[in-house]
This record gives sequence, C-alpha cells and structure tokens, in this order.
Amino acid sequence: MFKIQAIAMNTFKEAVRDRILYAILVFAIAMIAGTVILARLGAGSGEKVIRDFGLGFISIFGTLIAVFLGIGLVHKEIDRRTIYTIVSKPIHRSQFIVGKYLGLCFTLFVNVAIMTATLVGIIYFFGEGLWDFRLVAASAMIFMELMVITGIAVLFSAFSTPALSAIFTLSLFAIGRLLNDFMMFGEKYAGATAGKVIGGLYYLLPNLARFNISTEVVHGVPLGEVISGMTILYGLLYVVTLLALTALIFQRRDFR
Amino acid sequence: MLVVKTEGLTKEFRTGFWRTRVRVLHDLNLEVRQGEIFGYLGPNGAGKTTTMNLLMGLIYPTAGRAWILGRDVSDVAVKAAVGFLPENPYFYTYLTGWEFLNFYGQLFGIPSGERRRRIEELLHLVGLSDAGKLQLRKYSKGMLQRIGLAQALINDPQAVFLDEPMSGLDPVGRKEVRDLILSLKAKGKTVFFSSHIIPDVEMICDRVGIIVNGRLIRVGPLEELLGSELESIEISASGLDDAAMVEMAQWSVRPPVHRGEKVFFAVGTEKEAMQVVERLLKMGALIHAILPHRLTLEEHFLREVANREPGRRASPEPGRRGGP
Repeated sequence: MFKIQAIAMNTFKEAVRDRILYAILVFAIAMIAGTVILARLGAGSGEKVIRDFGLGFISIFGTLIAVFLGIGLVHKEIDRRTIYTIVSKPIHRSQFIVGKYLGLCFTLFVNVAIMTATLVGIIYFFGEGLWDFRLVAASAMIFMELMVITGIAVLFSAFSTPALSAIFTLSLFAIGRLLNDFMMFGEKYAGATAGKVIGGLYYLLPNLARFNISTEVVHGVPLGEVISGMTILYGLLYVVTLLALTALIFQRRDFR
Repeated sequence: MLVVKTEGLTKEFRTGFWRTRVRVLHDLNLEVRQGEIFGYLGPNGAGKTTTMNLLMGLIYPTAGRAWILGRDVSDVAVKAAVGFLPENPYFYTYLTGWEFLNFYGQLFGIPSGERRRRIEELLHLVGLSDAGKLQLRKYSKGMLQRIGLAQALINDPQAVFLDEPMSGLDPVGRKEVRDLILSLKAKGKTVFFSSHIIPDVEMICDRVGIIVNGRLIRVGPLEELLGSELESIEISASGLDDAAMVEMAQWSVRPPVHRGEKVFFAVGTEKEAMQVVERLLKMGALIHAILPHRLTLEEHFLREVANREPGRRASPEPGRRGGP
C-alpha cells in the first residue's frame, strides 16, 4: 500500500506541476463565474441557470482533465522510459497501474473540489445567500463518472498512443452518456437479433448517464431519490474491472 | 555464489508490418560471481541492453531462464537487493533531486528516517549535495547520470546493474564513475555493467564478456582473454641511411613511421627482433627502444567484431596502437 501511495503521490505531483492543468482550471473557474452573467439574462430562474451551467462546466472540464491526463498516464512513462527505473524496483506492475490511477483520481478530486467550491460560493454570494450543499452531492456523482472515464483512458493508455486513446475514450464517453437512449431505441425499433446485440452492449459499455443527477439536483428532487447505492457500486465495479484489464495488458508488455 | 546466471536466454522481437521475428539474443549462458566487476562489452546493437532488460524483468525471454542471487528474475522480491541504472535514463524532470531519491526510497519501502539519511549520503557520494533542491529539468547530462547512479544505490543493493554508465560523460565524469564502481566492489558488491568504451572496461573489470550480434563470443578474466601472446615488437632507431631504411621496411610488419630523427617499425617475433637489432648495430644505427606489444582489449575486441561482422574494420586506425 505504501508503494502504491508513493506512485500515486508522484503522479499527483506531476499533474500539479504541469502548467496546462492550471490553465484548464483557471478557464473552468472563469466559465463557472461567468454563469452569473447568464443568470442575469434569464429573468426569474437565475439561480437554476447558475446551478445548471455550473454543474455542466464542472462535468465538461473534469472530463477534459481526466481524458487529457489519463491518455498519457501510462504511455508517457513508457515513451520517456521512466518505466525502466520503476519496473526494476520491487513493485508489481499492477501496483504501478493502481498507483497511477489513484494519483490521477486524487488530482481530479482536488480539481472538482475547487470548481464545486467556486460554484457553491457563487450561489451564496450572488444568489440566495445560502450554502447549497446539494451541489456537492451532484459533484460527487460527477467525480464518480470521472473515475470511470479515467479508468477507460488508462486502459487505452496501456497499449495505445495518446491520440488514439483520446479518440477511443471520448467515443466511449459519448456512447456512455447516451446508453439509455440506445437501449430505448433498441427495444422500440430493432429486430430480435439487433435488440440482443444492443442489450449486450448496454451491459458491457459504461452507463455514464446513471451518474448524471444534475438536473434532478437543480430542480430540487430529494437526494435520497436520485443517489442510489447501486450506482456507486456499479461505478466502483466498473473501475475495478477496467483496472484489472489494464494490469493484465500491462503485465504482458515488453518495455523496450 | 552466483549473482547472475542465465541458461539459454533467448529473445526475439517482432518488427515491421508483417511482425517478422528477429532474434536479438541467442542462447545466452552467463555467470557473474559475487564480488566481481563484470564488464559486458559489445558494439551498438549487439544485445547488451536486451540482456540487461531481461535481467531486470522489463522484457520477457522468448526462451531460457535467468536468475539473480539464486532467484528467478520474474520474482519481484529479488529486486529489493538489486540496483539498476538504465541506458540514457530519462527521469521525472518535475522532481527535485531530493524528491527523486525519496520517491525511489519509498518504492523500496525504506523507513523515512533511514531514507533521509541515505539520500543525504548518496547526494554527497555523487557530488550533488548542493543540487538536491534543484528540479531535474535544470540538471546537466552529467548530473542526470550521477543522480541516476544515486537512485540505483538507494537500497544499498548487493548487485548493481549499470547499462552504459559512462556514456555521455566527460573524462572527469567517467573517472568518477569508475572510482564509484571500484568503491562498490570494495564494499563487497557485485557490479555488472555494459559498455562500448573499452578503456573503462579494461581499467576496472575482473572479468569480461564480449557480445556480438546477440551471441556471447568470449567470456573470462581479462588477462586470460588477452593472453600473453606477443602481437608485435616495436623498435625505434635513428641514424639509418637509405639502404638501411629499405632493408628495415622489408622486415617491418607495417610501414615504418618517421618522427624527427627516429624511425619506428615493428617485427612479428622475438627471433626477428634479435636479427633486426643485430643488423642495425652492424649498420651503425642507434637503437632507442625495443618494446614488446601485446593485444589491448580494444584490439582484441575489434578483431572479434570483425570476424563476426564482415565489413567492420579489423584493426584500429593507424596511430591508435600502443607503439609510436
């Protein structure tokens, strides 16, 4: 565990010493702050606009950071040959993968936390003067989704180039967001065979829509009704499966 | 006790569009004993790094097995007693020298107090005490090589594997690395290092293995490898007239070289040397030196390479020999 923690902290250090991350974060905060202007334009439902767009930006920029850092996570170590000095130490390759993944998740956690704090602060100072902690719950689910996206990016990063990994990850992200619609389409229109294929894919591909509770949170649906233990369990199991697959691929690789 | 042992170690890589198999290491049987400095010598692309990477578990063998300190190299636990410096290492440039060593210390699970003491000690050993707080991106190539050596020693290893540790270093840096390797030997460590810089190997190695085209062609103690056989006898003389010069050119195994008043030439055997000296004395020439010339490791190496790689030069360039 100590070794995994060391790898994770090193990954976190690499991310926070990268200027590009700051650029994305500053831009994200500026966009979230910009929702105040949007709210002024939309008479009557001002705070809803701030919440809606704010959570949207957290999700978009979180995904950007997850994909941007995730696709290079393992590939960069092989490309720069820093992996040589790691694999030659008494550490299992799977520990390395888990450490890298957790380091990136911690980076995302800090970023999502900063963006969420900005949004909650804006609501307090420019809105009702209340601390809206329901937004934290929505952000927590966004973070859960980002954990799955990161897992996908890391999986591709273990055997593919960053450019291809980015394409694969973003494609899966888009499919994952629309998976429920695909399922509905499959049930309604597709024939028996196509319906089965769509049904199979539904269970295989990541159902990212499950993590999206922003609309419900913005419209005041009680948290107990929108956050389910099954969704969290689903996310965690999906991540564990992705990491196991990554470790399996990584274990068999020759580094040269 | 054997620190390294390989049996029939073979590696093939798949390359190109058709994924053709290319064998880069053929049936390697190698033994490195405890406490020795073993020099692994070979031209570029001979298979030195492949061997090193197989031993470090970075790549998997196509056939054969390898053991370090009596344990299979696939056993992660064996790496706790091993230090490794890869060829042309790239490190985490965003870390400071101190953080860098601390990170590797953590990977070995060294407790923080001991880690701190060890880092200070190593930074001092490699002459980077003042650069510990500097990010690696600001290090020169020589400094990176030295911090790389320090990370290879963070766990006080029993066996140290260094892949081309002197490459890219200036003469002072190379001497420092040589001294460091010798000091490791003095502490009872085993050092396995690869190089194509022959004088470095010649100066410090107990035993040498020569690898060419993926095949280990010679292995043994340096003196055994070089043998005591004479390669030639160099004679320098002055006061030779034209007729004497013509006669000496016929005796000499290579064209005579003039430097000032002196002429340098070489004969093949001790008997020939005696005859030449006799003739020179009769002709009234002055003899300055008679030097027996044995093969250097470099010449030996070049001959071996030339025998196995047609098209490569068989002998070093003129003027680089031990003679005039």
